[in-house]
Amino acid sequence: MGHLVVFAGQIFNGISVASILLLTALGLALSFGLMNVINMAHGEMLMVGGYITYLTCRFVHGPGAFLLALGFSFVGSALLGAVLEVTVIRWLYGRPLDTLLATWGVSLILQQGARSLFGAIGVDVVAPPWLSGSVAIGRGPLAGLTLPSVRIFIIVLTIVVFALLLLFIARSRAGLFLRAVHQDREMAQALGVNTRWVDLLVFAAGTGVAGLAGTALALIAPVTPTVGQSYVVYAFLVVIVGGLGSLLGTALAALLVGLFSAGVQMFTSVSLADVLLLVLVVVFIQFRPRGIVFRRSRVMKEA
Amino acid sequence: MKKWLSLSLDIALLAALVAAPLYLSAYHLSLLGRFLAMAILSLGLCLVWGWSGILSLGQGVFWGLGAYILAMHLKLAALAPGDMPDFMMWSGLDHLPGWWTIFRHPAVALLGVLIVPTIAAAGLAWLVFNRRVSGVHFALITQALALAFATLLVSEQAYTGGFNGLTDFTTLFGRYIVDPSFQRSLYWITVVALTAAYLFCRWISHTNFGKILLAIRDGESRTRFLGYNPAGYKMIAFAIGGAFAGISGALYVLHVGVISPAMVGVVPSIEMVVAVAVGGRDSFIGVILGTLLVNFGKDWISSAMPEMWQFGIGLLFILVVTLLPKGLAGIPELRGQIAARFRRSAGAPALEAQTLAITQKN
Repeated sequence: MGHLVVFAGQIFNGISVASILLLTALGLALSFGLMNVINMAHGEMLMVGGYITYLTCRFVHGPGAFLLALGFSFVGSALLGAVLEVTVIRWLYGRPLDTLLATWGVSLILQQGARSLFGAIGVDVVAPPWLSGSVAIGRGPLAGLTLPSVRIFIIVLTIVVFALLLLFIARSRAGLFLRAVHQDREMAQALGVNTRWVDLLVFAAGTGVAGLAGTALALIAPVTPTVGQSYVVYAFLVVIVGGLGSLLGTALAALLVGLFSAGVQMFTSVSLADVLLLVLVVVFIQFRPRGIVFRRSRVMKEA
Repeated sequence: MKKWLSLSLDIALLAALVAAPLYLSAYHLSLLGRFLAMAILSLGLCLVWGWSGILSLGQGVFWGLGAYILAMHLKLAALAPGDMPDFMMWSGLDHLPGWWTIFRHPAVALLGVLIVPTIAAAGLAWLVFNRRVSGVHFALITQALALAFATLLVSEQAYTGGFNGLTDFTTLFGRYIVDPSFQRSLYWITVVALTAAYLFCRWISHTNFGKILLAIRDGESRTRFLGYNPAGYKMIAFAIGGAFAGISGALYVLHVGVISPAMVGVVPSIEMVVAVAVGGRDSFIGVILGTLLVNFGKDWISSAMPEMWQFGIGLLFILVVTLLPKGLAGIPELRGQIAARFRRSAGAPALEAQTLAITQKN
């Protein structure tokens, strides 16, 4: 195996990590960009998605069980997100730092809930047979490279979800309202858009997508009560680098962060890669303090 | 009248703290001592968050820097010259790294406890605030910093003791740490340090500097238009917060006798913020009492029913943030506010709705 193969494998890994990061960060970027809400319990939506997948695969058998689990984790996390929005976040609009703190309380409760229900040790989800193999490249300069099907599936899933989300925002009526609220909340309100519903919908959709990320994550790592916590910090970095209000920026940032981590890990340890990633982000905001893509605005924000 | 009330409250509290060794058991005194050390960090957070509006979710980093530097000194003090701490030998190092050796000297160690966290905090704040990064972004960056710091400490086992951290200290400045008389003087030193930090905060709050901090918190752009540079003020406030955190960490290590990555990571850093939020983020006395309350509560609940602690603190946090944004210190004002709301809602509901809409917009 040549250097090129190792390198290509690492890039592939980076893209699959970026996929999960993107699925996680999409919801964060949406709720932060639209409602100025920081949801620290977002990582726990990953965890919930993971446990829902575990339960579904345990009680339902057959080839379609895993696809069913995908649907269940989306709906389950979205419902949980909706409950969270109605009970906690709705009361904190306009106080972004306070949403951060209150939702952290929620995340503690969810983590401990998972620990009480499933135990502190992780549970494993066995990938369905059609995902357990790997694709080997036999010819060409990349001969010998094997790509695990699970990771290919995660990448495809992310592309599909991302495309659907873009389509939803660009084409559907609810997406139109979403863009209206994003551009000018008061004006949209004055024109009869029910902003409360838009907020609720967007928040629930974001947490639902995080649930899908949880399902994806369950395929490659055990589901533990704190699995979300370790991912959400990186997802926040992705949101910072990506800039507010642009899903494309979020996607680029996720790719950047995923590839950077995977690339640096070839030369140093995982923990040093963490530190270097943080350095990269701090350096990055020196040049683009508002992220890769940002909307110019005359609004003077005091937040 | 109100001023006298608050002053007498301060004095009563101080008297109760100074006299604590007389009426508390050794176990509870040691708990109180370490929580008072944490209260110094909380005062720093009060200045940084309550007064300047900068939420830091990485205060554990600066606390940890102070703690680790003193712990390195304590580790070296127990060794004969030329020896190495045991974990370094297990990890295969053949000589003491230079940045360890300098902390053998007590003065350097004390200076390091004060200076390293301050410079780290100031440097980070300078890099971030100069680019006008929003408060939310700063909070998230500090959280990532806490995560990176803790992982780095775990992974660089040969230099930091890894997951177990640094422990087994025997002497400080030639005195035995386990000695009851040392523990008692340590307690009093902590009380003195806390009092000094408190007076410093009170003094800052009366200076022009303190008033500009408040102005930045309430309207950063407006303050900039008036000709002040918010980045500089925020940097100094954050550096003070870092210094307080470092002192707090060093005292904490002496009280507890161990420092490990698990004490400085993401979760402990947020717990520090919880204590401040519960006490009342902009009240100096409030954050001290909040720190004591939350930490004693944690000690009590987690020994009685360990799994309930996380539920309890999670719920407490949600309730405090949504219902009591000014924390426990805000309760006295609450009665007046509720009364005012009733009066207003009878009189001019339309106007209130309007002001509400405006505040939400901002």
